[in-house]
Amino acid sequence: MKITYPHLGSLSIAMHGLLEDLGLDVQAPPPITKRTINLGVRHSPEFACFPLKINMGNFIEALEAGADTIVMAGGTGPCRFGYYAQVQREILRDLGYNFEMIVLEPPQGQMSELVDKIKELCGDKSWPEVMRALHTAWRRIKAMDQLHALTLKVRPRELEKGSTTKAYKEALQPIASARSNAQIEEALRRGTKTVKAVPCDYEKDVLRIGLVGEIYMILEPYANLYIENVLGEMGVEVERSIYISHWIKEHLVLSSLGLKGSKQIKKAAAPYLNHFVGGHGWESVGDTVLYARKGFDGVVHILPFTCTPEIVAQSILPTVSREQGIPVISFSLDEQAGEAGFITRLEAFLDLLSQRRIKTKTM
Amino acid sequence: MTVKVGIPRALLYYHYYPGWEAFFRSLGAEVVLSDETTKKIVDSGVRLAVDEACLPVKLYLGHLANLRDKGVDCIFAPRVVSVERKKYLCPKFLGLPEIARFGVPDLPRLLDVEINVHQQYQKTRRDLKKLAAGFDRRPWVIARALRAAKLAQDEYEATLRLGHTPHDVLSGTENTYQEGKLRVAVLGHAYNLNDKFISMDLLSKLREFGAEVVTAEMLRPQDIKRGAGLLEKEIFWTFGKELMGAAFHLLEEGKIDGVVLVASFGCGPDSLVCELVERMYKRGKNAPVLMLTLDEHTGEAGVVTRLEAFIDMLRWRKAV
Repeated sequence: MKITYPHLGSLSIAMHGLLEDLGLDVQAPPPITKRTINLGVRHSPEFACFPLKINMGNFIEALEAGADTIVMAGGTGPCRFGYYAQVQREILRDLGYNFEMIVLEPPQGQMSELVDKIKELCGDKSWPEVMRALHTAWRRIKAMDQLHALTLKVRPRELEKGSTTKAYKEALQPIASARSNAQIEEALRRGTKTVKAVPCDYEKDVLRIGLVGEIYMILEPYANLYIENVLGEMGVEVERSIYISHWIKEHLVLSSLGLKGSKQIKKAAAPYLNHFVGGHGWESVGDTVLYARKGFDGVVHILPFTCTPEIVAQSILPTVSREQGIPVISFSLDEQAGEAGFITRLEAFLDLLSQRRIKTKTM
Repeated sequence: MTVKVGIPRALLYYHYYPGWEAFFRSLGAEVVLSDETTKKIVDSGVRLAVDEACLPVKLYLGHLANLRDKGVDCIFAPRVVSVERKKYLCPKFLGLPEIARFGVPDLPRLLDVEINVHQQYQKTRRDLKKLAAGFDRRPWVIARALRAAKLAQDEYEATLRLGHTPHDVLSGTENTYQEGKLRVAVLGHAYNLNDKFISMDLLSKLREFGAEVVTAEMLRPQDIKRGAGLLEKEIFWTFGKELMGAAFHLLEEGKIDGVVLVASFGCGPDSLVCELVERMYKRGKNAPVLMLTLDEHTGEAGVVTRLEAFIDMLRWRKAV
């Protein structure tokens, strides 16, 4: 069995580590390139959302490289993601690939379904060993998220463009190759030092922008045209509303214990949207309100083209923007998105934010 | 004075209007429908909605504006989350009252009761009673209204199963039923197929070409359920499940000559559901599939040409 998984930002590093810790033979999907996107788009439904198409590209390239088992997540709706795996499996079958697909999702009937699937994955590992591997994966994710949040603060202030991104890459490597919790801690400590050592101008007055939207588009830099790097290098401090570690904590840990995590976001969204709409539509509205309250200069909303939950949010955000006094710009992205247009719109948005700042200061 | 309740002639109107009408009528309210879709309604909807919203949602906003201009006292715009266990409607229905409220200015009061059979069945019943109490507080009147709604809805669905489309029944037009020639299944959301503007009157056109039209509403629920159950994982959208169930059932039964799949541009659920249907039919090799994607830019001539070509092909297939 040669197992593979879809890319999702830095989560794939943790996923790779986890599968290896479980003693599996892992075939990493090749990094996302233009070819990946082309393959994915060619073989996916035209109006499927962008993440599904990128997944398809990853799977095809991984199967070409010799993988024979795909591990994929699922869901119970109403977001389309819950049905990705089933559609992808049929398409890949019609393309003639021979493979197994293990879909991890909340069980339809008995809990034993999910347990069986996990057992199938873990083979001969004992439960304590599995738990240990999961814990290491969790530590790794948390370390990477922590490091990532730090780069968002450093990048707008760097003296030499691109130095933060370079330092971040350097710092990630030891976290990826660390084999134990202690090694991860050590790698994080050193990584933090590396990123902090980037020469910066800490006196610089920077704009602050909150990033909200659909989780895949936020987490996968290739899909969002590296928006965090682009904004950072334009001198903007970005804060990301979604981190995979928060998501896991809220959706997998807290909700299984019957606790509700993101109460604050939902409470903030309540005057505008007081109901879940699937995906991250509710959070997009709530986070925008929270960013306004925290005094951010603006909010960038990112969604994959045709994403219904985010279209609901998009319909509501103009009112939120007006009433809360925070400029919001929406980017609906897919394989058709062009970088030049994207950057022009971002620049215009930043101009507006700086003007606004000057105006409020002189008043 | 009687209260005027507006109901937009869009989206779930085609599924539940008879039930809704009976409910409000027996509470002593006057039910006012928005006009049939016109170019003007479409244009105002397109202006009010965000670009990326699907055509049916844009139309919904256009119909709301139409009702507002008619001067109704309130508009029935429920948040329909789920109408059966473990199934949802498309996410847009979950946020529909907000899309309406923040999209259309100066709307009268919205009756945005939440219908959520999967997660909150008891609360849904309570909320419906509360909604009814806003019109008439007497418990027996409320009970009578709920009963009347159920009765009218059941009767409506039974009529549909006799081979009528929602449009036939709701507009009171005669079904020019033609038996024997070509049997074509037309699968898509009722609010697309039955709105003459969105669908370019596709159903009547097919009938004019001499085809007998089969839609999902005409099938027995147990057949749809069985058809949908053939999938490894059941579809979790009610309408997607119905489309899929009907498609599978018809494929197995083998009594249709072709399938026309109709989806609106950018429809989330249909992008996956129609993909699977197309693949199943291709593997089955029994009935050809025509996939039509519609939005406000679709030209009628192009649709007619494609339909004619499709029907011609079905005839030839039958002749050989």
